[in-house]
Amino acid sequence: MQVPILKQGSVLIATIQAALSDADLLELRTALVQQVVRFRSAGVIVDVTAMDVMDSFASRTLLEISHMIRLRGAATVIVGIQPEVAFAMVQLGLTLEDVPTALDLEEGLAYLQQKSRSMN
Amino acid sequence: MAAETQIRIASDKDVVTARQQGRAVALQTGFTVSEATLIATAISELARNIVSYANPGSVTLKPANGANGAVGITIIASDSGPGIADIAQALRDGYSSSGGLGLGLPGVRRLMDEFDINSRAGGGTTVTVTKWLP
Repeated sequence: MQVPILKQGSVLIATIQAALSDADLLELRTALVQQVVRFRSAGVIVDVTAMDVMDSFASRTLLEISHMIRLRGAATVIVGIQPEVAFAMVQLGLTLEDVPTALDLEEGLAYLQQKSRSMN
Repeated sequence: MAAETQIRIASDKDVVTARQQGRAVALQTGFTVSEATLIATAISELARNIVSYANPGSVTLKPANGANGAVGITIIASDSGPGIADIAQALRDGYSSSGGLGLGLPGVRRLMDEFDINSRAGGGTTVTVTKWLP
């Protein structure tokens, strides 16, 4: 299951459309980092609305994606964590603490725009 | 919920299959979407442990019937891998031998109502967890 990555101006949008295996998650990590370099993107949005479960591996991979992209000088925001997924994550002890999150795609774009304005 | 279901766990794809089946069984049992997500998350962690440390193994889903008519779901994650030498250590938050977040087993324990682990160095590991309907 490949995750489509859409380029919209300086932002890349990766929309997860179904449950992902560990290999799929690692592939997404590689593809996003490569494309951030290729397109000199300023921001990345990962939309996880369709993710059934956010377990320790998925959380760790999203953390890694965000850290790698930050080292490239770009920002990552995770959007669309479902309420029941958030509930399970907190019980498990996963808080994605240093990764910005937003309610949905629109809020995620607004976050990135605000961030790029404050940098200019 | 019907009889028990056993899912063979040999690759990361099986982790996804196991948790999806677990979610379906949990919903059939009468758990809410939120509780079913907790159960699916616990299955994901248990199945991943098998893939990472003791491939192959299995995850079994079965109905639980407790005292006072309590109903729930029991998940048995079993493998014949190397076993866990120090169970107390493996159950401690933040401990990881795989470079993970170290939340696997202690996290699963928090998600479920009952947690039992049986492991012997060289003799495989069986983790049995149960969630009761509230």
